[in-house]
Amino acid sequence: MKEERKEKQKEDEILKILEENARTSDNEIARMVGLDEEEVTSIISELEKRGIIMKYKALINYEKAGIETVQALIDVKLSPERGTGYDSVAERISRFSEVRSVRLVSGEHDLLVRVEGATMREVAHFVAEKIAPLEQVRNTVTHFLLRTYKANGEIYKEEEKGKRLAVTL
Amino acid sequence: MKATSIADRVKQIKGSGIREYFDIAERMEDAISLGVGEPDFVTPWSIREACIFSLEKGYTSYTSNWGLLELREMLSDKMYSEDSVYYDPEGEILITTGVSEGFDLALRAIVNPGDEVILHEPCYVSYKPCTQFTGGIPVSIETKVEDEFKLRAERIAERVTEKTKAIVLNYPNNPTGAALSRKDLEEIADVATEHDLLVISDEIYGKLTYEGKHTCFSALNGMKERTLLLNGFSKAYAMTGWRIGYAAGNKNVIEAMMKIHQYIMLCTPITAQMAAMEALRCDDETAKMVGEFNRRRRLMVEGLREIGLSCFEPKGAFYTFPSIASTGLTSAEFAKRLLFEHKVVVIPGSVFGDCGEGFIRCSYAVSQFEIKEALERMARFLESCGVK
Ligand SMILES: Cc1ncc(COP(=O)(O)O)c(C=O)c1O
Repeated sequence: MKEERKEKQKEDEILKILEENARTSDNEIARMVGLDEEEVTSIISELEKRGIIMKYKALINYEKAGIETVQALIDVKLSPERGTGYDSVAERISRFSEVRSVRLVSGEHDLLVRVEGATMREVAHFVAEKIAPLEQVRNTVTHFLLRTYKANGEIYKEEEKGKRLAVTL
Repeated sequence: MKATSIADRVKQIKGSGIREYFDIAERMEDAISLGVGEPDFVTPWSIREACIFSLEKGYTSYTSNWGLLELREMLSDKMYSEDSVYYDPEGEILITTGVSEGFDLALRAIVNPGDEVILHEPCYVSYKPCTQFTGGIPVSIETKVEDEFKLRAERIAERVTEKTKAIVLNYPNNPTGAALSRKDLEEIADVATEHDLLVISDEIYGKLTYEGKHTCFSALNGMKERTLLLNGFSKAYAMTGWRIGYAAGNKNVIEAMMKIHQYIMLCTPITAQMAAMEALRCDDETAKMVGEFNRRRRLMVEGLREIGLSCFEPKGAFYTFPSIASTGLTSAEFAKRLLFEHKVVVIPGSVFGDCGEGFIRCSYAVSQFEIKEALERMARFLESCGVK
């Protein structure tokens, strides 16, 4: 039991490190959590197999990269389906590659869907053609994103940091 | 000229011989500094935000000399819930302008000229001069790496005289990162009781403990009355620039400290006190920082060992204190050459007392990237010295 808890703690620690920087090498992780490199490699591949680590992706600031994309958050009001509730329609919406995220939320609407496209027209068109006409969809409200201040836990504007002294005894 | 001659009490304090090195370190472009003594994190936003809010509301006045009662009450509650030791917010807690001021007040309050104060070295650089400013006599006890830099009760007992007034304790320790177990502390408590000494316990790194939980000295059985506890917000909440800390202890001692504080400081800035109240509600931010420091600690210790330096495994604070004996250089020579040849700043151990010679202090309050880069540069330097 104690061993199991310890193992779980190491796993959590590894996840934390990778979440912060997915490119941390197994060797460095091994040092930080106090395991052998091979053990770390095997724990990570196990986490991948179990689908806990889903993917390793780069967080890109497209604005800086000069690549224009248009994103919108769509509030979707649904009438639940007999038997499957919201699941089947939510999964259906999820399959479109234009759709970046789909979440069931509390409040006035039911789904919060993030859609990405090259232009505003394209996004509006997608919503009108693919989402709004679905049988369970009662209405949609589209919010185009104007500017990102923080996403995925990262602040976009670099904070000016005061300079520390090189030496403090 | 008499007008500008300096008082003997001040003249007797020797300036550090490596001031010049530090000035160069400060100015050198693209040097990596492991000489830092403060977190690289900015103060958590909720704390900064609370302070801004207080300014907007117009909290810009003096406070009670003791500090805001609400803050003292929060500290009292926190010490009681975390360490099971109760301090009366009215009379047993004083808000100070950092542990720095707290330490000075404590010594001024209790030391008569000629009284001896026991210090363990290597230690924080302020202890000795502050003792000397009061006319007290610092009595240094060497702690050794073979003994995990622990101050041992027997060693204290050997050095106690009629004149001994107090013992200064600093665990987790700057510069070694050493910590003491509850049993080690209890043994020291026994000596303090036997010889009727005050223990001034600087626990500023208490929250930065990586193995087990820090034991507050005043929480030991019967020790509350003979402990003067010093703590602050600088390290645990990344608030070095705010200048705020606190002292907790015996009513008479705290009262005497307050007497000095009211004339020399009046009070700790209200802005810092406002921020401190928010800090006390921010434990998860501290926990996050501690987690990150712990990862860096391991990266640094393993790395230092790999490049050929023997290194004590620190248990707290954010410093490593590796031995550089294998290079045959003095710690000052080592630091100078490392800076000039490879642009890495480290602190010569000799700064922290004579027994710190042969060691350097490397802080891991820097990013993982900087740790890796600094270690690579140090590896190259050690190679050129013929180590490994
Ligand atoms: C052991 C020790 N005590 C006290 C201090 C100063 O703390 P403060 O910022 O609260 O004055 C430091 C700062 O480096 C320290 O290392």
